[in-house]
Amino acid sequence: MEERIEIRLSGSGGQGLILAGIILAEAAILDGKNAVQSQSYGPEARGGASRAEVVISSREIDYPKVTRPQILLALTDEAFHKFKDNMAEDGIIILDSSIKKVDTSNKIIQLPIIETARKDIGKSMVANIVAVGVITELTKVVSRQAAEKAILNRVPKGTEDLNIRAFYAGCSLVENLS
Amino acid sequence: MSSMPRLMQGNEACVEGAIAAGMRFYAGYPITPSTEIAELAAEKLPKVGGKFIQMEDEIASMGAVIGASLAGLKAMTATSGPGFSLKQENIGFACLTEVPCVIVNVQRGGPSTGQPTLPAQGDVMQARWGTHGDHPIIVLSPSYVREVFDLTVRAFNLSEKYRVPCILLMDEVVGHLREKVQLPDPSSLKIINRKKPDLSKISNYNPYQDYDGDGIPPMVNFGEGVPYHVTGLIHDITGFPSTKPEVTEYLITRLMRKIYNNIDDIVEYEKHFTEDAETVIVSFGSPARSAIRAVKILRSEGENVGLIRLKTIWPFPRKAFRELPLTVKNIIVAEMNFGQLIETVEAACEGKFNIVGLNKYNGELMSPDEVVAKVREVSKNA
Repeated sequence: MEERIEIRLSGSGGQGLILAGIILAEAAILDGKNAVQSQSYGPEARGGASRAEVVISSREIDYPKVTRPQILLALTDEAFHKFKDNMAEDGIIILDSSIKKVDTSNKIIQLPIIETARKDIGKSMVANIVAVGVITELTKVVSRQAAEKAILNRVPKGTEDLNIRAFYAGCSLVENLS
Repeated sequence: MSSMPRLMQGNEACVEGAIAAGMRFYAGYPITPSTEIAELAAEKLPKVGGKFIQMEDEIASMGAVIGASLAGLKAMTATSGPGFSLKQENIGFACLTEVPCVIVNVQRGGPSTGQPTLPAQGDVMQARWGTHGDHPIIVLSPSYVREVFDLTVRAFNLSEKYRVPCILLMDEVVGHLREKVQLPDPSSLKIINRKKPDLSKISNYNPYQDYDGDGIPPMVNFGEGVPYHVTGLIHDITGFPSTKPEVTEYLITRLMRKIYNNIDDIVEYEKHFTEDAETVIVSFGSPARSAIRAVKILRSEGENVGLIRLKTIWPFPRKAFRELPLTVKNIIVAEMNFGQLIETVEAACEGKFNIVGLNKYNGELMSPDEVVAKVREVSKNA
């Protein structure tokens, strides 16, 4: 089977996960790959379980949804418990530090994503971009260069600097792991 | 020059296709999961000299679309399930009065308010027979974001060519999916505009006269100097109502035949690996992507499985089933509903094959694994 990377970003509505998914998909396209991004959400505008999914491949992507992701990001306890058992065998789970860890057979990387956004950057709403930095640095599914460009293309005017700082704060969280 | 590849949502590709096809009027009432179409039409139409209007409801928006088209603009509206129900009365008016227009239905779960944010394909039969009475209609169903663009252009072209409402039947998956697409150079597109009469050769223009013998009356737009009557009552060639049996029969026959006599021009489908297939999956819209994945998996394991992916649903491509080779034993109809298109497939197959439905109606796109399992089950039992 051809190389196909499935990413699931999960949390609650309003955390900007769909934007994070769009940025990862656009970065993959900038890297010259194929990508699709889809989402699942409830009728409410804020709160409720929300997820964004990205499939990246060097080939044509027929089935567009994620079934057994190699990468799961969970920003809430609810999302983690909902999705932890539907992973690829070698998949990694990126967890926010606010979540109480439980046993899974998958590798878990736990990082203070929301806290970094709130304390270091000063806005908890950029947690999604911190997460993009974490995913980029940890998994290399997209290049730093492409991710940075995709962020600049998509974030509101006037917030570019804030978001780029958030992205590099995410990268640093991973760098400091080793 | 074709554009750079970029990430584009299905609903966005619909608006891009519509504008490329010449849409200059949009009237609608936003509804999930079609709302992005209204948002983007509002943003983009004024930039090309077009008009966007948000009406008080779906009934009025369909009426505004018909009015705009009669006045000469290519017009579109977009909606989902409950809104599609409301538009039906005026869709029937457009069918009988032969007003070109495009209606987009991004299907969500139904009936009633149903599942607003989740995908379904429960409006297959409503798209064909939602409005009352014998009427022609064309229904197209895209599976890919790029195909949303292509089929939106095609919907306008067919609608203009045959003077018939054309429905773009999407589903939430393809409507909301963002995918890498490269749009074609607009100048490379084939654009069809409604046929007009040569008024220098016609002394008394009749708006519903079949001057060319192809069942399609040439159309003068309102405001071009020829006043005429447009009514939802059965009418003669002058456009005025008539209760005569011969007028009634002639009009209905002409309306139906202008579509069915041109079925090869209207119908589009793709065949994958059907030449030696024992089991053929039939699908359309998003589940066709699960089916193509399943076919690739099964073929790699040596199973003789093929796929017919329908891009036109109505008129139904019966020809696709007549062409199937003698190796075919089973047909699996994969659709996101309780079983709608399967009945038409059964009729088209005339009892030649074992026909089984694969139906998913829980708000999720069926997975390739589910399709694979169904194929295995059917091949074992055959």
